[in-house]
Amino acid sequence: MSGKKPCIPAESEDLLHGNRRDFLKKTSFLTAMALTPGTVVKAAEEQWDEKIAGVFEKVSLHIDVNGVKHTLSVEPRVTLLDLLREQLKLTGTKKGCDRGQCGACTVHVNGVRVNSCLSLAVTNEGKKITTIEGLANGNELHPMQEAFIEHDGFQCGYCTSGQIMSAVACINEGHAGSEAEIREYMSGNICRCGAYPNIVNAIQAVKQGGQS
Amino acid sequence: MKKETIGDSLSRVDGRLKVTGGAKYSGEYDLPGLTYGVLVPATIASGTITAIDSKAALRAPGVVAVITPFNAIKVPGYQPEASTRVKGLKLFNDNQVYFNGQPIALVVADTFERATNAVSLVKATYQAQPFETNFNKNIDKGVSPQNNKDYLRGEAYAYKNAPIKIEQEYTLPSEMHNPMELHVTTAFWTGDDNVTLYTKSQGVISSQRAIANAFQLDPKNVQINSRFVGGAFGSSLRTWPHEVAAVQAAKMLNRPVKLTLTREQMFTLVGYRPHTVQKVGIGATADGKIVGISHESHSQTAVYEEFTERSVNVSRFLYSSPNVNTVYKVVPLNVGVPAPMRGPGEATGSFALESALDELSYALNMDPIELRLKNYADVDEEKNLPWSSKYLKECYQKGADSIGWSNRKAKPGTNNDGEWLVGYGIGCGAFGAYRSRSLAKIKLMPNGTVNIQSATSDIGPGTGTSMVLIAADILKIPAEKIVFELGDSSFPVAPTQGGSATVSSVGSAVHDACVALRQKLNSLAGKPENNTDDIDYAKVLTQNNLPFLEITQESNANEEAKKYSMYSFSAHFAKVHVHPLTGVVKVKNVVAVVDAGKIVSYKTARSQMIGGAVGGIGMAMTEEAVFDDRFGRYVNGNFADYHVPVNADIPQIEAIFINKPDPIINPIGTKGIGEISLIGVAAAVANAVYNATGKRIRELPITPDKLI
Ligand code: FES
Ligand code: FES
Repeated sequence: MSGKKPCIPAESEDLLHGNRRDFLKKTSFLTAMALTPGTVVKAAEEQWDEKIAGVFEKVSLHIDVNGVKHTLSVEPRVTLLDLLREQLKLTGTKKGCDRGQCGACTVHVNGVRVNSCLSLAVTNEGKKITTIEGLANGNELHPMQEAFIEHDGFQCGYCTSGQIMSAVACINEGHAGSEAEIREYMSGNICRCGAYPNIVNAIQAVKQGGQS
Repeated sequence: MKKETIGDSLSRVDGRLKVTGGAKYSGEYDLPGLTYGVLVPATIASGTITAIDSKAALRAPGVVAVITPFNAIKVPGYQPEASTRVKGLKLFNDNQVYFNGQPIALVVADTFERATNAVSLVKATYQAQPFETNFNKNIDKGVSPQNNKDYLRGEAYAYKNAPIKIEQEYTLPSEMHNPMELHVTTAFWTGDDNVTLYTKSQGVISSQRAIANAFQLDPKNVQINSRFVGGAFGSSLRTWPHEVAAVQAAKMLNRPVKLTLTREQMFTLVGYRPHTVQKVGIGATADGKIVGISHESHSQTAVYEEFTERSVNVSRFLYSSPNVNTVYKVVPLNVGVPAPMRGPGEATGSFALESALDELSYALNMDPIELRLKNYADVDEEKNLPWSSKYLKECYQKGADSIGWSNRKAKPGTNNDGEWLVGYGIGCGAFGAYRSRSLAKIKLMPNGTVNIQSATSDIGPGTGTSMVLIAADILKIPAEKIVFELGDSSFPVAPTQGGSATVSSVGSAVHDACVALRQKLNSLAGKPENNTDDIDYAKVLTQNNLPFLEITQESNANEEAKKYSMYSFSAHFAKVHVHPLTGVVKVKNVVAVVDAGKIVSYKTARSQMIGGAVGGIGMAMTEEAVFDDRFGRYVNGNFADYHVPVNADIPQIEAIFINKPDPIINPIGTKGIGEISLIGVAAAVANAVYNATGKRIRELPITPDKLI
């Protein structure tokens, strides 16, 4: 944890204790009234207050993804995975379950592997995210990417981004000491195509190459 | 410069895209005005929807529409069917509910989160009716499928009169395809009669036809893109109702709609390998000659559609027997319809037949390989035709050598390694080698590079890599000068990727197109048509003032093939360790040996064999979809509770290819490996567990509780 106070709107303190939606409806409605009374009154009749509230429910977020700094405004319920895929259009990170059960969404948060579907985007304020798109050095592939190609560590390729991000972390954590250890520490990443032995071979090759 | 040939070990041609996140799958196209569709599941298993209250959902932020049977536009191709057995599911067409989880509405919103939230706000009321999801309770209601004939050769149930006989029942629970990519369809209309889809499909041409039929469009006006497919294993062989619903929603809203299934919905809406109970009887003489086999199968299907597969067929031809009879029935339940899953039917059937054969070997006190050799089928006794090629004996031999079969103890439970019991097993399989009509277009560019297009797919086997190797071999140019494109319905027609027939069908078209191009270039260069010496392609183009050279070639199965029975064959060997106190099974080694004709792309073929073995280990050890029959709902519709094998479950797996070209099937001599890689694996593991423990597990998966 960075220890910094999360950047959420000032009124949020009140909201922690209760009726956030009603509060937002009121404040946003009043603000909107002041701006364009006619339309909004009509909108309110059509129960558009909910929709306007939706706009105001967003939270600001500062996040560094693959070295690019973003200042964003996101709904608190947006996961880091969906932020990457749907808002930042970084679709290299995959969604296989949305429940933390498959590893397809693995990214590095401040260098640590994380299932991005289990991490709400707003909890990553000020953090550095590395996705599969940020692993290579320009045109030069990361050794793990090279090794996956060389050892055919994938077939359909859908689990591959997660496998590679996990594999890099597996070595960095010191969990690639033996074939058995690699298997154990790579078991959070499902590959339905069944490329497991090739994945293990790729990781061992990188490990033995002394780099990751 | 290296010039690759057929059989080389080339790294995947799309490997770089896949390891950098650059490969775009169907849910990853950014379209202006994109909306997100999430399906609302029925909470009853049978009955009718009486009302759907969408008010709260429509009021929620960002919600664009809630599409229900009460407000959906009609899909013009949804016509009443003559028979309820082939009816199929037509979403939002009427208010019938056939199974729990059937979509009753589609919420469309401007973001995924908002659509997902609004799903919880849709309230449906139902008139519920009694339903059945319990297979065992309803097995007596099994019916013979339409167009299905029971099989008889010689005398029925002849095994009963044999001196040594086995008569047992084998059960496979429902197994889910569970490709890692969630099924997804993005659809948008560009006019009243023109629609484009990015959809997870194993066959863009069949998807094109299905969508054209549903909306009564000229197929030319339906564009299907499926360039990368994140696994499928059969789950994308057909166009599912939710794909039609995405197109319907896009039409109603006049906006692009991206409809993604949740993992839980993947358990009910895109098929599965059906729960099957099989009875196998085998009788033999005292010296091990089989005198009769009977194989009866009951499989689950949906009340709204009949699904069949060939689970009993393998017993008709895999071994020589004068008497064989098979019976196949389906049991309609309030469940989603099954779909072919890798090694469809054959994998289920081979588990039963190969387990029974193993039981017979112990009853005869005979080595399981010797028993197989004794009953080796030199011709196809079902079709009464010679094999186009069959090297199963070589498979037995190579596999036995590699796994260390000589270390196997004939008496179960007598082989120890420390506190573990050790066992060895064999399981065999066969899968038809097919070839169907396919086209390929080849274009030679002025710089000497080649572009080839065909509307085939790649769900993971490495189709592009195989095609590039075939082209490199014939054109005698380096693989890096060749680009193969697939997954687009505007490309020349190719069959759906299924039945292990892509290299046989599309590979033949690529082969023939390359040969035609080569001949053309030879004649342009003033050489004999069949000249094989190197020629400078770029120079030939320049000399003839040609900007490029393009040929589209059609390739069809040959007449000669009708005189033969064509199959790929496999022998899988497993070595297991079983912990007698806890019942824990560790698969220590798997050797997969296949006779699949010529191997075109060694590296990807090896991976495919490994992948099939992993699927087979899942079938043997972990996979089981469990119903709660009180509600007709799966209790384990997720990856935490439905266990597919993970890395720690899988040992190193050895793939061995006989690699002898089939002389008949196609010009390359390749027979296909996608299915055969899985068929026989589950029996090999179950037989190894018996050899280790003396406990015969006839009901998969082999979980520890069954061994203690
Ligand atoms: S998508 Fe995150 S673990 Fe499966
Ligand atoms: S490569 Fe297909 S799921 Fe791993």
